[in-house]
Amino acid sequence: MTAAIAEKGAPAAPAPGTAQPPPVRGRRRRRERAFDEVPRWQIYLPLGLYLLFTLVPFYWMLLFSLRPAGSDSLVPWPMTFDHFAKVWNERAFSVFFQNSALIGVGTLICTTGVALAGGYALARFDFRIKQGFMLALLCSQFIPGALMLVPLFQIFKNLQLINSPLSVVIAETVFQLPLSIILISGFIRNVPYSLEEAAWVDGCSRLQAFRIVVLPMLRPGLIAVGSFAFVHSWNHFLFALMFLMDGDKQTIPVGLSTLIGADSVDFGALAAGGVISAVPVVIVFAFIQKWLISGFSAGAVKG
Amino acid sequence: MASAVAQDQSGAPPRAPVPPAAEKPARRTGISDRRLPYLLIAPAGLLMLGFIAYPMLSVFYYSLQNYNPTKPWRNGFAGLDNFRRIFTDDPLFWDSLAFSAKWVAAEVSLQLAFGLILALLVNQTFVGRAVARALVFSPWAVSGVLTTTIWLLLYNPSTGVGRYLADAGIGTYGSSVLSDTGTVFWAAVLAELWRGVPFFAILILADLQSIPGDLYEAASVDGANRFQQFFHITLPHLRDAIILSTLLRAVWEFNNVDLLLTLTKGGPAGVTTTLPLYVAVTGFEAHDFGYATALTTVAFGILLFCSILYLRLSKFGGDRK
Repeated sequence: MTAAIAEKGAPAAPAPGTAQPPPVRGRRRRRERAFDEVPRWQIYLPLGLYLLFTLVPFYWMLLFSLRPAGSDSLVPWPMTFDHFAKVWNERAFSVFFQNSALIGVGTLICTTGVALAGGYALARFDFRIKQGFMLALLCSQFIPGALMLVPLFQIFKNLQLINSPLSVVIAETVFQLPLSIILISGFIRNVPYSLEEAAWVDGCSRLQAFRIVVLPMLRPGLIAVGSFAFVHSWNHFLFALMFLMDGDKQTIPVGLSTLIGADSVDFGALAAGGVISAVPVVIVFAFIQKWLISGFSAGAVKG
Repeated sequence: MASAVAQDQSGAPPRAPVPPAAEKPARRTGISDRRLPYLLIAPAGLLMLGFIAYPMLSVFYYSLQNYNPTKPWRNGFAGLDNFRRIFTDDPLFWDSLAFSAKWVAAEVSLQLAFGLILALLVNQTFVGRAVARALVFSPWAVSGVLTTTIWLLLYNPSTGVGRYLADAGIGTYGSSVLSDTGTVFWAAVLAELWRGVPFFAILILADLQSIPGDLYEAASVDGANRFQQFFHITLPHLRDAIILSTLLRAVWEFNNVDLLLTLTKGGPAGVTTTLPLYVAVTGFEAHDFGYATALTTVAFGILLFCSILYLRLSKFGGDRK
């Protein structure tokens, strides 16, 4: 989408030097200095090699998911969708998919909701434990979730949440929160405080002012944070594996791992399951792509 | 600090009618501006208190116990027995620790090197840059298990690249890099690199874009070449981002269980069992919770020590330029 537009626009920019030189702007001016210019081959050659490394594995997965069993061809032709039908129906991926979607959406809602409240407090108020709270957020980033598995399991057992998707939603939310709060408070700081104050003067309550003035301006940031939360919990395997016991409660990554664990691996089914697990992530990333890098630089790195 | 959150809510704080409160009335929410921030951070604070702080404390508690639900008659206070067992008669601990160190060192250094190069490349202006960025970053969104799925296809002797290369006369048939103790490490490193390099590249790219272009112009007017510009402008500017992302990545790679558990299952012959993998197996397969939490405590201590040491040595946030 964005990519396609930029692709079309790009060749027009360094237009053939027939026309008179355009008004000089920063990037253009540097471009004209051959001295500063990176030779094109020094970009395209390493990038091409790296693209090969990136794309061959993806191609391999697509190839095996679309190619009839027993075929040796390196082109998926004749194309078949048997592997997808098999994984979806016989291997219960339709159930896994629903479970994953439920957990992903639950994590998205909890993380953005809780992080929005916390981020607003950090961005707009000065209070006594603020520094301590920020420090706690940063420190919790250094605590590895895998090492907390044993006590977390005990806690969820005591709460009778083992086998409930809620346990996974809580665990995913907790480990997503610190980064999400830091990101969101960064986004809220970018919204001028004077706009909010103007709304109060006009008679809005704090909540109304937040809803009418701040929330619309936060949309890109919220989409980025929410997408990270969704994709992360969609992809994460460990909490679902450990806290959900029954096969029909499991998520897509665990479903994939059971395909791997089978005695004789059905590579067609495995590849088809992989493609299915990638579909929502691809959709989400196509959707948020243009906010991705600016979102990171606004919050995380500058944090 | 987080405990203060809970206290400030329940035990009503003494509320003097301070002037700011008079100037800024409750904004018709019924809650004063003094209490509102505590109310807003309460959900986050309580969640982190209950599911990070409390489990941390219970790790320390269980590590002093013999706790095994399948052998209840042996449960009870154990003192430092678990720790003595770890340091004196558990070769698996030392093996898994050594493998963890090797894994983190290889992953982080290679990801940083390739990520930096990749970020510098896609930061240049060239035709097709948007498409190239989208494509090279795409593995970042892939899960550990999906990475495993893909690389199992690639490494398998009958379905992988090796077979087609052998058909073309390169290499031999029928060898799997995953079942050979000599190659399995680098095979796993390569699979994780595929997914990890884009992460570094994205973070570094984000920071690269915040470097003012004037700096480079001034430098090139003064006659600095591209390498001098890189070492005197780019690298110093990226310093904090590199230090922070390297540390985060080191913790995450130390913690990486998804990929190794599904790709190698810690094998062959245990040569790819990291410490967290060993903890998970001890806790959930051997049901030896007491010992698993003692291992967790030791791992946490090592991680904390290394993080502090690293932040000290790298002088994070210190004088720039």
